[in-house]
Amino acid sequence: MCPPRKSSLASTASLPGPEDIHRKILPNGITVLCRGNFNSPSVSINGYVSAGSIFDPDGKLGLADFTSAALMRGTEKHSFDSLYNELEAVGASLGFDAGVHTTAFHGRALVEDLPLLLDLLSETLRQPVFPEAEVEKLRHQLLTGLAMRAQDTSDMADLTFDEILFHDHPYARPEDGFPETIQAITPQDLAEYHRKSFGPRGMVIAVAGAIEPKKVIDTVGRVLGHWTNPRQMEPPPLPALKRLKETVRRHVTIDGKSQSDLIIGTDGPLRTDPDYLAAALANSILGQFGMMGRIGDAVREKSGLAYYAYSNLSAGIGPGSWSVSAGVSPANIRTASDLILRELKRFVRDGVTKQELSDSQANFIGRLPLSLESNGGVASALLNIERYGLGLDYYRRYPDLVRAVSRAEVIAVARKYIHPDRLAVATAGS
Amino acid sequence: MPEHTKTKLSNGLTVLLKEIHSAPLISAWMWYRVGSRDEAPPLTGISHLVEHMQFKGTPKYPASVMDKAVARDGGMWNAFTFLDWTTFFETMPAGKIDLALRLEADRMRHSVFDEKEFASERTVVASERQGNENEPLFQLGEAVQQAAFRVHPYHHEVIGDMADIRSMRRDDLYHHYRTYYVPGNAVLGVAGDFKTREMLSRIRELFGGVPGGPTPARMARPEPEPPGEVRLSVEGQGETVYLQVAYHVPAASHSDFFALSVLDSLLAGPSNLNMFGGGGISNKTSRLYRALVDQGLAVSLSGGSTATVDPFLYYITLTVHPKRKAEEALAALDVELERAQDELVSKQEVARAIKQARANFAYGMENITNQAFWLGHSEMFADYDWFLTYLDRLAAVRPKDVQRVARAYLRPQNRVVGTYLPAGKAGK
Repeated sequence: MCPPRKSSLASTASLPGPEDIHRKILPNGITVLCRGNFNSPSVSINGYVSAGSIFDPDGKLGLADFTSAALMRGTEKHSFDSLYNELEAVGASLGFDAGVHTTAFHGRALVEDLPLLLDLLSETLRQPVFPEAEVEKLRHQLLTGLAMRAQDTSDMADLTFDEILFHDHPYARPEDGFPETIQAITPQDLAEYHRKSFGPRGMVIAVAGAIEPKKVIDTVGRVLGHWTNPRQMEPPPLPALKRLKETVRRHVTIDGKSQSDLIIGTDGPLRTDPDYLAAALANSILGQFGMMGRIGDAVREKSGLAYYAYSNLSAGIGPGSWSVSAGVSPANIRTASDLILRELKRFVRDGVTKQELSDSQANFIGRLPLSLESNGGVASALLNIERYGLGLDYYRRYPDLVRAVSRAEVIAVARKYIHPDRLAVATAGS
Repeated sequence: MPEHTKTKLSNGLTVLLKEIHSAPLISAWMWYRVGSRDEAPPLTGISHLVEHMQFKGTPKYPASVMDKAVARDGGMWNAFTFLDWTTFFETMPAGKIDLALRLEADRMRHSVFDEKEFASERTVVASERQGNENEPLFQLGEAVQQAAFRVHPYHHEVIGDMADIRSMRRDDLYHHYRTYYVPGNAVLGVAGDFKTREMLSRIRELFGGVPGGPTPARMARPEPEPPGEVRLSVEGQGETVYLQVAYHVPAASHSDFFALSVLDSLLAGPSNLNMFGGGGISNKTSRLYRALVDQGLAVSLSGGSTATVDPFLYYITLTVHPKRKAEEALAALDVELERAQDELVSKQEVARAIKQARANFAYGMENITNQAFWLGHSEMFADYDWFLTYLDRLAAVRPKDVQRVARAYLRPQNRVVGTYLPAGKAGK
């Protein structure tokens, strides 16, 4: 059946806003957000519960990650195989993914199968049983993943970068743990962690697709509205970040690699900081816009040193990171890092031009409809609004917010965070 | 499904248009019938390098001007080179699509291929290849593909051999560009928020003046019947053993392609043919997952084929369990394949594969870029009807068809078995 279509020549009024985002807080604390999107007879659900690797003991690092993967390994009603059979038989998917602060979930289905998807979401969140045989199979898969990570120059550079930048901070710890910590985790640990940290408090679910939002909110209420967990723990407070006092370099040797990965960077703002948007625009100019901004121009376009070279701003609940990454031949590591350092120095010394800022502003505003086209894109946008308290009218106000950022603000935020003599420099490769 | 129009301009350019008014976006895809199968040593990888040089500017739109213009308008653009084709796309806010069309019309004919730019881009591509070489599965896949095609130019990887990347000259590239980038060898597919009549008239204005010229012939070196099973191993770093088994299968236009797609769904989970926005359906209740991963012989597996002009390969790729051997996993794989050959699959299993395909199609419909992709992509190996009738043709597959293709193609004599062995584990 074809869903109804919107009228011809849609305009930017098709961006999500207060009158078409439906939001409700269920009595047990779960926030539900819904928006209709009739491009296709499909639906996406995205969301999170307030359980992340922040609770992991050092000796059992990877516990939240292991648990999130194990939720689908069997419940009180379904075995691993029968659970996946329900999903796969209808071409639906459901998965969990642990971060530091939250465990995210994401699912999609044909709209006719949304009730099934919500039932299975509720079941896996509330009634996982962590069967021993399945946990052991999963353990081998995780260990194989870690063996592959140890051979991956990009993964190892990332991991090392976080260790340097976030020294003595929970963000320094890899969410997927280490082989010895994965070995130390028992099925009882998974069950215990689930009992203590999974619950409705802090949970958010966003649904987008060919749906009637009010009906879906009712369904979510029916399926998850009775969930309680009086034992759900409060997450521990996040310690302050100790910023680097000097440049710290670290190299991980991985033999037999024809390319090395390089990450140079610093800490960055929180997503809720007032200068976040200025930093995002600064980052665009530095290493995103067009063929990856100034970094792409210097490292790839002019010097031909790398297939990829770009900058990335990662901002969330706690301190973020602002980094430049490149994949280069081992012989060119030095040349590439010198070029990147030169660009960073120039960036904080000279700032950005009026043209550069207006280009990136136009890009941020112009690409909005594209990022909000798919159900997954809309659902992520709804979660963003909720997680960071941006307001239901955020995407409508967004063009004005972007236009309001001045050159002086961009330069100020760059100087606040980027100190060319206090950088984390991580490399991995031969 | 909204209707589409297909037109051929007098210079030979095929144009497919499809109005979609769900979002204020338009996506344009320019396709050329040229890919790695049109190359021979010492010019392997030349199609991919030409694709890169198409971003290096024309007199009207110098290199840095093009990408900045697209980005300023909030567009997304990129290009891909494959075995059979090269494609360039832009997805833009609807009011800005004209820029993309002007760029494509211009670089169909006026790219400069500046020597200095080429010198720099050559090292970028060398770096791209080095990045690929870091991956065990690239090393294994390259060896398997070479072993599968002794004669057909599907023999080499799209990126080409390092020796050729390092040695080819600017004039080689320019010749390749002028030979293949002609209207008669191209398809333009545009989907999104426009009116067909206005869009077609603008396309005529911009592309109609590009001279037609001869349409290049394609290299025709059919692969002979394989001599029997080929086995190989690649040694490298790490701790993980990978197994890749590749079966010779027919082209996308062959009627068996559809029964093979159903078989693939049953064996290894549904393949996602969308370029954007599909996929994500897991394969944990597929026959091979149950036989290999559930039984502790592998930790993950995937399967899939590709829509190609000439017969290519159906791949099954396994990450072998750290405590098991590749041979044990292969033996269990063979048991499952024999089962598909000996026993009819149930109607329910076939119905399930069709529902999975329907879901993947619906996911792909969520974005305009992907819908525009299909307009031209299907023309590269068949025509747009292939896409329009895909679900119906899958639905027409019967259990006995699945059995027949399993017997015809998934035979040991028809395959290459490749194993990636960590240097320390070889011989163990």
